[in-house]
Amino acid sequence: MLEYFRHLISEFGNYIFFIGRFFKSAVTPPFEVRQIIRHLDDLGAMSLPLIGIINFILGLILAMQSRPTMEKFGAVAFVPAMVTTSIVREIGPVITALIVAGRVGSGISAELASMKVSEQIDAMDASGVDPYDYLVTTRVIALLILMPVLTVYAEFVGIFGSYLAEFIAAGTTMKYYYGQVIDALYFSDFIPGIGKTIFFGFVIAIIGGYRGFNAGAGTEGVGKATTAAVVSASLWIILIDMILVKITVDFIGP
Amino acid sequence: MITIRNLHKAFSAQLRPLRGVDLDVADGTTLTVLGRSGSGKSVLLKSIVGLLEPDRGSIRVDDDEVVGADRALLLKIRRKVGYVFQNGALYDSLTVGENLSFPLEKVLKLGRDEIRERVHEYLGHVGLLDKINKMPSELSGGQRKRVGVARTIITEPRYLLYDEPTTGLDPQTAKDIAKLVVQLQEELKITSIVVTHDPYCLNIVADRVAFIDDGKVVFNGTKEESKESDIEFLREFFTAEVIS
Repeated sequence: MLEYFRHLISEFGNYIFFIGRFFKSAVTPPFEVRQIIRHLDDLGAMSLPLIGIINFILGLILAMQSRPTMEKFGAVAFVPAMVTTSIVREIGPVITALIVAGRVGSGISAELASMKVSEQIDAMDASGVDPYDYLVTTRVIALLILMPVLTVYAEFVGIFGSYLAEFIAAGTTMKYYYGQVIDALYFSDFIPGIGKTIFFGFVIAIIGGYRGFNAGAGTEGVGKATTAAVVSASLWIILIDMILVKITVDFIGP
Repeated sequence: MITIRNLHKAFSAQLRPLRGVDLDVADGTTLTVLGRSGSGKSVLLKSIVGLLEPDRGSIRVDDDEVVGADRALLLKIRRKVGYVFQNGALYDSLTVGENLSFPLEKVLKLGRDEIRERVHEYLGHVGLLDKINKMPSELSGGQRKRVGVARTIITEPRYLLYDEPTTGLDPQTAKDIAKLVVQLQEELKITSIVVTHDPYCLNIVADRVAFIDDGKVVFNGTKEESKESDIEFLREFFTAEVIS
């Protein structure tokens, strides 16, 4: 038990050190702009189809689920507003982050872990290039930029899915549906949702990078690092979301 | 010159590969380091280039102390000391040409034309110019090691550390790699430390031989002296069937 706590404290300290390196590396040359652009392209393109499909289906399901309940209260007219607010404030950011954790976070971890076990990271270090700068910082910055963009995309697709469900169920026109959506949404609805995706992106990339950099030997090490990256990032996304929702409700209002 | 004094490195109470290593590597020579598996040979190499931090002791590369060096000093040392990894450690996502140009672009910050020229020159050195656009996964084990050597020497280091350069290769390819080590030493006057388990390799490349046992250098002499040594491991190494 004592050994376990010692391990936990050591792991926590290592994470703090790893995160600290990012803030130092992000403001210290060399700035690997080309590598960041490459990751934006790779990681973004890698995630777009899955995020689109899942958010489209979720928007559809949400509208289908909400309609019968709202009908009971004679509040069908509020379906667009309710569904859209849920998508923008919660479902879009969190589902996108969980997909990115599974798709991109695991990819970062697996790639870096493979580089670690095949000594590519050591080779980079020995050649005089800081592997943290080149491999981790660039990916973290890329995800910090990507997450808000992917989330906005996810929300557009999700809202379109919910419209389609309403169109199928009641023949609602696009003009009416989107009119309701625009009336219901305020700019302040977007801010907390988009804002928290930056934290999500940071957590996903840092955990993926940390697990990859500290992978054990052999293919088993790569597998374990990848699994641990996805599990830890998913857990942290939910925890951070809970904390940020509490802060938003307390300080900005519902 | 590389000078190592009283070098200690432990990973746990049970795992203490280096327990007071003393070693001198004179300029222009090729020192071969022998030892049983797990005797700390690779730990020694990684300590020299600062990839592992020793617990105590001293490693001096010319006048620069590696142990406790900050990042800036380590970078300076790493420009002088090249490291050839066991399996080449080529960057999987880059082509052969990009692997070679990587340190030139990132570390030496050379211009595009000079990079292209040097990449062609050094790939020519290892006889793989025709593989310039191949991915590492398309190369054989021997070719990967050659590219690994080329990527290391392209920055023109004064010292080269080889971690088991011929392991896992067929005898002919191993011989070719060993000859390449000698060729580089003769043409570029590079001082080398070669960790190996391969008698072929040792016979071809070594000027001097050091034997690590029980965490210390227990023998350090010429190749001829090592053949006459009273250490059984060394004698057996040289009388291995493969040599005869």
